[in-house]
Amino acid sequence: MRKYSIFAVAREAMRYHAGWEKAWRSPVPKKKYKAVIIGAGGHGLATAYYLGKVHGITDVAIVEKGWLGGGNTGRNTTIIRSNYLQDASAAIFDKALQLYEGLSQDLNYNVMFSPRGLLMLAQSEHEMRGYKRTVYANDLQGVSTRWIDRDEVRALVPIINIDGPRYPVLGALYQERGGTARHDAVAWGYARACSAMGMDIIQQCEVTGIRTQNGTVAGIDTTKGAIECETLSIVTAGHSSVLADMAGFRLPLESVALQAWVSEPVKPCMDMVVMANLVHGYMSQSDKGEMVIGGGTDGFNNYTQRGSWHHVEETTRALVETFPIISRLKMLRQWGGIVDMTGDRSPILSATPIKNVFVNCGWGTGGFKAIPGSGWAMAELVARGTPGPLAADFGLNRFREGRFIDESVAAGVAH
Amino acid sequence: MLILTCPYCGIRAEETELHAGGEAHLKRFGPGASDAEFETYLFARKNPKGVHFERWRHSAGCGKWFLAARCTATLEVFGTYSAQTTQPPKHILDAIKAKRPNWEGLV
Repeated sequence: MRKYSIFAVAREAMRYHAGWEKAWRSPVPKKKYKAVIIGAGGHGLATAYYLGKVHGITDVAIVEKGWLGGGNTGRNTTIIRSNYLQDASAAIFDKALQLYEGLSQDLNYNVMFSPRGLLMLAQSEHEMRGYKRTVYANDLQGVSTRWIDRDEVRALVPIINIDGPRYPVLGALYQERGGTARHDAVAWGYARACSAMGMDIIQQCEVTGIRTQNGTVAGIDTTKGAIECETLSIVTAGHSSVLADMAGFRLPLESVALQAWVSEPVKPCMDMVVMANLVHGYMSQSDKGEMVIGGGTDGFNNYTQRGSWHHVEETTRALVETFPIISRLKMLRQWGGIVDMTGDRSPILSATPIKNVFVNCGWGTGGFKAIPGSGWAMAELVARGTPGPLAADFGLNRFREGRFIDESVAAGVAH
Repeated sequence: MLILTCPYCGIRAEETELHAGGEAHLKRFGPGASDAEFETYLFARKNPKGVHFERWRHSAGCGKWFLAARCTATLEVFGTYSAQTTQPPKHILDAIKAKRPNWEGLV
């Protein structure tokens, strides 16, 4: 793999950009791999990358039903933050944020990480207390966040309607290190780095069955033939239950649709991410000038990657109240992704009832921000067979033991 | 937009008038159950890509819980029926089999 650099750009500029090689290979699958990962989204590719980089395991195949990064990695609002309430969440999400900070250099691929700052608006007394509690918790966790008052919010984001009347802004939880990244580039960067380590990314290859022998994984059946493996990682977000069904166990997951949409591009007017969780909407401005908007999930099981119209209306209505400036913007595109929700809104990184089958799922509505940390922790789990410190609390056994990592009421979650 | 007919009041209601209540026909375990049984009852879900039996409440209408058979891959509704049942009634199963001949049945 040729390194990307200013010299490479200069060299290619001299020869009509004819010398760029493909970013990753598209090989025919081998008969057998040490580790097979199902799902070439951000989490699957990051798992593969850290398996190779940190643990030296490069005999890896990443099998993907569609195209890489075409699921939720390509369907989110690209927000990155780590201001969670519970210690276990803060640890893994802040690991992810730390890795994001150096990811472009690490991968030699510009993921356009933009730590532009992130505000979570408090629009009720309860929310204000909740966010102050999160700030104190973050202080103890070593995650830098702070509480700012409404005057500072006004100074940071002049387009917010501070005074309400229905939901006046009382202040905000501010994480200066938070921001956004280019979602596709994260998947592409990891894919390129994995391919360069000799890993095989096999796209357009649907898994049709999981083979086991005496309670241990033996391999998978795919539309491109059978592949044997020593360890199998299921990293398929909304389709995790379908894969678990093939392996013969069930997961505490429900798959629902989550939507996002973007406006027509306008001149720069907001240089940070703003989340208004009480009225249920969040917005940032992309580098192209589009206002990127996300809202809530549907309440019912759904695999169609289409969401309900009323969420679009409710969220847009709430954001128009919060940002009157957007009231006459046209919305350009809308899309949906299938998110895998757990009861406590925390992810699952775990061994399973089948030996050497591991799952990384349950990231629900907040997976993109976690990609590097999730991959790091999952690689540790797959390489050692037992979870490291980051993944230890996220095992499947927490449901049996009642040891939830409850983020659903922790005010840090927008979904 | 998802539209279901409430089997009690007969009103065709769209989803903002309804509240989804998750998987139906769960086998309930109480005192004396093993940890595994109780965990399965509380948390493990089939979450199928295909035919799904689920609970709904006509929250902006008669307020009653009812059950629905629906396809999560296409959003097609096969029918709704009373919540006072432990198994889907025959006419619902027939409606599903007519449209999904390869359906494995309720497992």
